[in-house]
Amino acid sequence: MAIPLTLLLTGYGINCEEETAFAFQKSGSRTKIIHINDLIEDRKLLNEAQILVFPGGFSYGDDTGSGKALANRIKNNLFDEIINFVARDTLILGICNGFQVITNLGLVPALCGFTGMAEVALEHNKTFRYQCRWVDLEINSKSQCIFTKGINRIHIPVAHGEGNFFATPKVLQQLEELNLVTMRYIKPSGEPANQEFPFNPNGSVNDIASICDKTGRIMGMMPHPERGMFFTQRDDWTYLKEKYKREGKELPEYSDGIAIFKNAVEYFL
Amino acid sequence: MVENKSKHRIEVFYKEEDPRGYAVAEKFKKIGFNVNKVQLTDNYLINIDFTPEEIQEAGALLIQPVTQSFTVDSPYIPEFKFDYCIEVGFLPGVTDNVAHTVRESLEDKFKKTFDKEKSVFYTISYFFAGIANYDEAQQIARELYNPLIQRIKILSHDEYLKNAGMGYDIPVVHLSSKNTIKKVDLNVPEEELQQIGREGIKDDDGTPRGPLALDMLSMQVIRSYFLEKERRNPTDIELESIAQTWSEHCKHTIFAAALDDDVPEGIFKAYIREATIRICREKGDKNICESVFTDNSGGITFDENWIISDKVETHNSPSALDPFGGAITGIVGVNRDSIGFGLGAKPIANRYGFCFAYPEDDKPLYRDRDPQSRLLSPRRIMEGVIQGVNAGGNTSGIPTPQGFIYFDERYKGKPLVFVGTVGLLPKVSAGRSSVNKKAMPGDLIVVAGGRVGKDGIHGATFSSEALSSGSPATAVQIGDPITQKKLSDAVVKEARDAGLYNSITDNGAGGISCSVAEMAKECGGFEVDLEKVPLKYPGLSPWEIWISESQERMTFSVPEDKVESFISLLNKRGVEATIIGKFTNSGRGIVRYNGEVIYDLDMNFLHDGLPKKQLKTEKFDCAIEKVNFHEPSDQKEIFLKMISSHNLCSFEFISTQYDHEVQGNSVTKPLQGRGKVNSNVTVIRPLLDSWKGVVLSQGLYPSYSDVDTYRMAACSIDTAIRNCISAGGSLDHLAILDNFCWCDSNNAHRLWQLKNAAKACYDYAVAYGTPFISGKDSMFNDFKGYDENFNKVEISIPPTLLISSIGVVNDIRKAQTIDFKFAGDLIYLIGITSDETGCSQYNALMGNLIKGKAFTGENVPEVDALLFKKIYYATEKAISDELISSSISLEKGGLAIALAKSAIAGIVGCEIRLKDVQTKNVLRNDIILYSESQGRLLVSVNPSLKDKFEGYFKDLPISLIGTVRDDSEFIIYGQKDELLIHSNVDELNLNYRKTLNIY
Repeated sequence: MAIPLTLLLTGYGINCEEETAFAFQKSGSRTKIIHINDLIEDRKLLNEAQILVFPGGFSYGDDTGSGKALANRIKNNLFDEIINFVARDTLILGICNGFQVITNLGLVPALCGFTGMAEVALEHNKTFRYQCRWVDLEINSKSQCIFTKGINRIHIPVAHGEGNFFATPKVLQQLEELNLVTMRYIKPSGEPANQEFPFNPNGSVNDIASICDKTGRIMGMMPHPERGMFFTQRDDWTYLKEKYKREGKELPEYSDGIAIFKNAVEYFL
Repeated sequence: MVENKSKHRIEVFYKEEDPRGYAVAEKFKKIGFNVNKVQLTDNYLINIDFTPEEIQEAGALLIQPVTQSFTVDSPYIPEFKFDYCIEVGFLPGVTDNVAHTVRESLEDKFKKTFDKEKSVFYTISYFFAGIANYDEAQQIARELYNPLIQRIKILSHDEYLKNAGMGYDIPVVHLSSKNTIKKVDLNVPEEELQQIGREGIKDDDGTPRGPLALDMLSMQVIRSYFLEKERRNPTDIELESIAQTWSEHCKHTIFAAALDDDVPEGIFKAYIREATIRICREKGDKNICESVFTDNSGGITFDENWIISDKVETHNSPSALDPFGGAITGIVGVNRDSIGFGLGAKPIANRYGFCFAYPEDDKPLYRDRDPQSRLLSPRRIMEGVIQGVNAGGNTSGIPTPQGFIYFDERYKGKPLVFVGTVGLLPKVSAGRSSVNKKAMPGDLIVVAGGRVGKDGIHGATFSSEALSSGSPATAVQIGDPITQKKLSDAVVKEARDAGLYNSITDNGAGGISCSVAEMAKECGGFEVDLEKVPLKYPGLSPWEIWISESQERMTFSVPEDKVESFISLLNKRGVEATIIGKFTNSGRGIVRYNGEVIYDLDMNFLHDGLPKKQLKTEKFDCAIEKVNFHEPSDQKEIFLKMISSHNLCSFEFISTQYDHEVQGNSVTKPLQGRGKVNSNVTVIRPLLDSWKGVVLSQGLYPSYSDVDTYRMAACSIDTAIRNCISAGGSLDHLAILDNFCWCDSNNAHRLWQLKNAAKACYDYAVAYGTPFISGKDSMFNDFKGYDENFNKVEISIPPTLLISSIGVVNDIRKAQTIDFKFAGDLIYLIGITSDETGCSQYNALMGNLIKGKAFTGENVPEVDALLFKKIYYATEKAISDELISSSISLEKGGLAIALAKSAIAGIVGCEIRLKDVQTKNVLRNDIILYSESQGRLLVSVNPSLKDKFEGYFKDLPISLIGTVRDDSEFIIYGQKDELLIHSNVDELNLNYRKTLNIY
């Protein structure tokens, strides 16, 4: 297969498109950042891409609830094209505000198919405050998700005001049974966070940080892998550097987050 | 008859528990209300003729269907028995961001356009259970709204049911159209002339419009210009314009004034600019300055292809009135100083600095002899300001990694709110130098971004006046970060590198009156047709359109052949852009309104006509207090009190609510080590494919001003520099910024203090070779009003100087953090400790314990730049050669606090011997622990590197004072080897976090 093209949306307050594009480039993808209005004007661009990314940000300032207004804009103008895109064995990744958008679009978990209706919610953090902090995540080894293949644990940051995952008991049961939960917040010791702050930074039910659809090709996640792709982005890198130096080890260039992007690109190679 | 009722009302509510309600209830419980349940609804007043089906579709757009539902035209009734419902909405004309988003969504859904200002309004309702009576409901409401920008409605349970909900009132702006131009007669007696300058132009009914803040001398110059040169009286718009351009905020009249006999060129030219000129000359081809003092920010070299810019602003007066609005407008406004730097620098980091009164202080202050004129409490101001920077910075996608918070009771009348933005600009854009922008004659004037309302009228002149009951409420605005983000992206990511404009500047103080006139300096004149400026609502007078400070606007100089592409690009990005006139080389500024010339001024007079002030200073002998108290018998008790004191403790609650990871550029964090301790310095990596970094810090010691402003300024500079060195910065690639926040600056004593501080700025900038690249001052931070018993009070802030530092780190992989890392590492104190506890945090604490008021003391730290420079070069080299495993620069609280922070950050103990500390004379234990002597750093070193490390500091004062332990015990031995302090990291941590993190 040829080198894939990753399309990253921007506009209306999306703000993580550049570093996310950089992560995909470092992972071997071609990338194109596109303003949502340009995509509405030239929908064919979707046909050329293999990966579609809804990057993090503050689309429409979170007015009326995070991700809602941008989801409305897409539903009103691009929904059919996105459904056609998914049908082509492609990948979609939503990070942070992007997760909120694809949740409101009903692209994840899409238990009832792509109806355009949200089936789960990302509510205000239990602390009712924006939280920017580093978290530990355990990958659900039984998940079929493309993005998390071969990963056990990752250490990357979250930064959001509305990341508190909520689903009705019935939907939650289905998510768990179908293994659509891809990441959970854990304590540094590896034990479940059990909704304990700050390990679970927002109060998410079942410590859920990320979910995917049934095909495993569409994933939404609250934490930011692109902010933890390099060793020197880590919150503990000066400590690790000193440790590795004394152990005579080489300093790594990359860190945990990059694996998500590499998995996506390798799907097409 | 004007319609003030909405056609529809949609109320969105949570089907199950409302997570926000829980948080609101907790907040009120904490401040002493017996609230037991709260639920919220978001209400959208949709003033559009929708069919019943359409309004249902509209409602469906506004909910999260899993958790929320909505009602249309029928009030939501909570399932629990509430006592009162409080609805909060905006006053007419206040920016309503949520309403704008909803209107856009409705337009997109129904493929129609709706009136921008009259079709959607947003309110929020709180249903409270546990409120006893109307009086208590009012007290609660006061916590929920700000009367300067918001309106409330309070209904009891029964009233709510009887009235069928909160109603349909909408805050439409109604202005009687008065687009007339007024001639102002200057041929009047001196007294009347002075009154015009002080109180403003009188409207037809005789009420003054608000201060012009022009003194008698300026008014006389203006009079003779009009009557003699122009041979006519000025129009109101001309006079208002001159007042804006000549305001303290724009012209810095005090910094420009001749001072005494020895500083005829004024403080700015003699001390600040001259320091930079000399440093650039002395550095020769190692000069780092790219663009200083002339643009919206200052810029230094980053590498061969890039420039980094920096600018720090204050937003004090607006934040005193509306803390949230003042702070968000401040941060979003200073972002535009980056976007408007050169041809447009991308904002890559925000800074903040807050000076507040103690949040526990709940004694009221009043603006007037009137209970209604109560100032917001220090706690409300603190919470609102912190939230404002949160909303502005996070929403804009700009990381906010670096800042500080500082408390002194004298900030109770006026808080200080510092906000700064660092930018990144390519040296060359579209084939031209990106710092030498120039509006060309014939270029069109294009204004892009938000629309114009009455916001912030008289904002620039307002900052020249002390805060009193005459302060205009229109000085308050609310920023709209998303409108600006759209504009910013379109400019720095597209239009700039497509070469679509010749010049750009920010619309800040004075609105387009200042931005257009400022840009016209580059070409020599302008013509504007004012009726073309897009308005939020009709009824603004021409002078109001011209000086309005409505936010999120930038002004561009666009060549005629590019204007179509430029405007169409902006429109495609959802940004409004309008041609309002053109630049000329006529030497005149001309403004027309519907064809009639209403403003016709000589550009030279406008820019250079301001008469130079001559100011005198008078030596100020402050009452120096000799401090005499015994060394405390229980050192540990005092130590724990020190690390939990307001100015030394953790402010993690701020750091974690400000996104410092966005853009992926974070290298060393605001919270360092596994123990997460606030650092005073940050390193970022602006380009992910380069190892070069930017280091940011600051220094500020307002308490030292009580004794010696010269030393205060010297210590601020030294600290700002040393902090950067401690993280991996380089002394040869470092620049600084000044923000003077002074008080009562017409007073000769205060000016004497100012002159001394400025002198220190010159001396130490030159000594360290660190140029000033930008600055801003705020000279009247005084409050005149009434105390809790309605006795007159005057509160002036302590003279405050913020020095911000910015530098380039050669290789971010060598940056260092404050946390002790490994057991057995050697702990060194670099520098000499002297008896310098004057005005220190320690004297403040001991004074408060002993006599209920801070001790000052006389021995404020002195800066020996010659010695310190050698120390910094040696430290810099040791860090870059990777000999150091942790490093922290000593600031407020001295050695003891630095040790505590490094230990808490590393979650590891240490053992220290004070007898090994190099001191100037043998000092008391407590003085060694808490002296704030400058030029000192605390580092830890791998024992295997001991000799090599010490070799770097031959002939320099360093002391090996202890080791890192393999457990969490924290032990300090005194000079006689006696056990002085025995604690552990958990205990330190608890005390370090207990004071502020409850907020």
